[in-house]
Amino acid sequence: MPGLIFLKNGRVIDPANGIDQIQDVLIVDGRISAVVKPGTLPEQTGGLVFDLTGKWVVPGLIDMHVHLREPGQEYKETIETGTRAAAAGGFTAVAAMPNTKPVNDNQAVTVFILAKAAEAGFARVYPVGAISSGSNGEHLAEFGELRQAGAVAVTDDGLPVGNSQLMRRALEYASNHDLLVISHAEEMTLSHSGAMNDGALATRLGLRGIPHVAEEIMVYRDLALADFTGRPIHIAHVSTRESLSLIRRAKEKGVAVTAETAPHYFTLTEKAVDGYNTLAKMNPPLRTEADVAAVREALRDGTLDAIATDHAPHGELDKDMEFDQAANGIIGLETAVPLTLRLVRENQLDARRMVELLSVNPARILGVVGGTLSVGAPADITVIDPEKKFVFSEESIQSKSRNSPFLGWELQGKAVLTILAGRITWGQDSFSS
Amino acid sequence: MTSEYRFTHKHVLGLADFSVEDIQAVLQTAESFKEISSRAIKKVPTLRGKTIINFFFEPSTRTRLSFEVAAKRMSADTFNISNSGSSTVKGETLIDTARNLAAMNPDCIILRHPRSGSARLLADHINASVINAGDGTHEHPSQGLLDLMTVREAKGGIAGLKIAIIGDIAHSRVAHSNIIGFSKMGASVTVSGPATLIPPGIEELGARVSRSVMEAVDGADVIMALRIQKERQQDPLFPSLREYAKFFGVSQKVADAASPEAIIMHPGPINRGVELDPKLADGSRSVILEQVTNGVAVRMALLYLIMGGD
Repeated sequence: MPGLIFLKNGRVIDPANGIDQIQDVLIVDGRISAVVKPGTLPEQTGGLVFDLTGKWVVPGLIDMHVHLREPGQEYKETIETGTRAAAAGGFTAVAAMPNTKPVNDNQAVTVFILAKAAEAGFARVYPVGAISSGSNGEHLAEFGELRQAGAVAVTDDGLPVGNSQLMRRALEYASNHDLLVISHAEEMTLSHSGAMNDGALATRLGLRGIPHVAEEIMVYRDLALADFTGRPIHIAHVSTRESLSLIRRAKEKGVAVTAETAPHYFTLTEKAVDGYNTLAKMNPPLRTEADVAAVREALRDGTLDAIATDHAPHGELDKDMEFDQAANGIIGLETAVPLTLRLVRENQLDARRMVELLSVNPARILGVVGGTLSVGAPADITVIDPEKKFVFSEESIQSKSRNSPFLGWELQGKAVLTILAGRITWGQDSFSS
Repeated sequence: MTSEYRFTHKHVLGLADFSVEDIQAVLQTAESFKEISSRAIKKVPTLRGKTIINFFFEPSTRTRLSFEVAAKRMSADTFNISNSGSSTVKGETLIDTARNLAAMNPDCIILRHPRSGSARLLADHINASVINAGDGTHEHPSQGLLDLMTVREAKGGIAGLKIAIIGDIAHSRVAHSNIIGFSKMGASVTVSGPATLIPPGIEELGARVSRSVMEAVDGADVIMALRIQKERQQDPLFPSLREYAKFFGVSQKVADAASPEAIIMHPGPINRGVELDPKLADGSRSVILEQVTNGVAVRMALLYLIMGGD
């Protein structure tokens, strides 16, 4: 029977339905048709059958912060290569940041992105529009048309909104169009021309530092504006301990704030840049042990709602140079699952929490489909082999770029099968069906 | 130094990479070479046939000339490239330019560059030896070594001395190399200046920080004033040169707080009357010109040790 996939004997982890047990999942015509005890359904014929003993079956992962680079910087990534990397990493959906060339500050760019994404067919792509025209921090972009064209959120990511009045107006006006406002929190007069975390290592390397307060001051401003306007805000790529304290306090107060961090902020410290390693250069910069510990704690206690990769592809051209001239950012789609699983193996997170952070919560925050294995829902499903060991190598990378500080790392656990609306987008080869 | 000791560095990127034995080897070699510069015929054949490129991306009179004089006194062939004359102004990257230079088979490239880590980047991409002649705000190892040599000559040793470095520590690669070098050799280093010019974590390089210049120089054997780099000051770091001179300049009063035998140093070029009283710069306790003389000897030693030493 066409359009039928039968996932047998996997550990189904579906926090939205309170399920964490061995179940069979039946997919028919792109939707979840049944989630039942093994042996309940008759043997299926004609479709694809996978025995997933020892593997996890979870709602399709959603990365709410990626840079797909198209239009404008196709030498770094295209929508096709970026979404293929997403599928390879276990993601069925990504939110695409607007700092393309041109900036996604109008419906034409949004429509273009969606058309390219549909053509590629590897993942759902949720365009994120700009807050300001050209992301130049002066005038509001056309939120209404962006929303109509398919944008789900707005941000000037890559740059902060320096003008507090503009940020206030963005929060207010976004409410007319049901758009989430995402904050790239950085006080530029403090971070200006910095290349790494401020501190002793920056001093030793002779590099200009970005102090943690550069992030925290802006996090506080945006929390205050969200509180003041009564509008929700999402804080992107949180990297410091004090930012997390501020967010925790705001949540306690009832401010509608959600927040994400990236795997590198709970895996690496600033030490990764020693020796002028531009593959570990990013903004916000890698911080200290204390910050890493705080990020891990915040993932556990709910201060952080999501893990997003901030997937930022760059060519060698952008990275193989003097450290302070090199581009910021690393690719992340293909390492997010194993790096998060490290926390699970270290008992810092449980599997259910991991699924919340990588699927349930991003769907809820963005207001998009997914995050659930409910019967009738679109069959966006990720199968994870939590034991599979591999060395993260350049040859394995599906992204067009190779800029990762995790190259050569021995990792454990990866997505082995990715299903988008009942269609396999990654991993079928590794199974005999 | 044990008899088995050998200087094995191919590159000179920073004093952070040097052991105490390495530093001693350079200083001893430099001391033995110093005499060459006072001969009537100031030339030895040691590095005959070696090719050395001076690759300078920042203006420099003293350091570039010092390296060139050092190389020529050792009979090496030297070539100079400055930023304005190089293809980097046509958009070529540092790595590409370096690879092209390397294709001409030089034995050593001496790099001065405004970006921290650039010397290391060069060393990672070419086969020739690289000497860092100052990279951004990171290190300036040959300056650190010539300062060590100058102090050792004047004081008979380094261990146990009190060194006070006054001024812009944050933007000074000279300060970084000196803090590392002097503390490795057993001196105690105290830095002072406007708090805006004291970088975070400088203690981890080996320096003590004092908020008061007078306290920093109290009983010091060496006072080193650093150049205020006016061209680097985009930040609001201090109110005016006038106020800087008044509160952070090395004046007679400051010098009087140090040991009576204290020597006065400055890596040059001096902003006279800003960071250093001209009378001190030219006075009997000043070893500023001795630093320049020793610079040639130290650079001869470095060239010899990385290219001719076997």
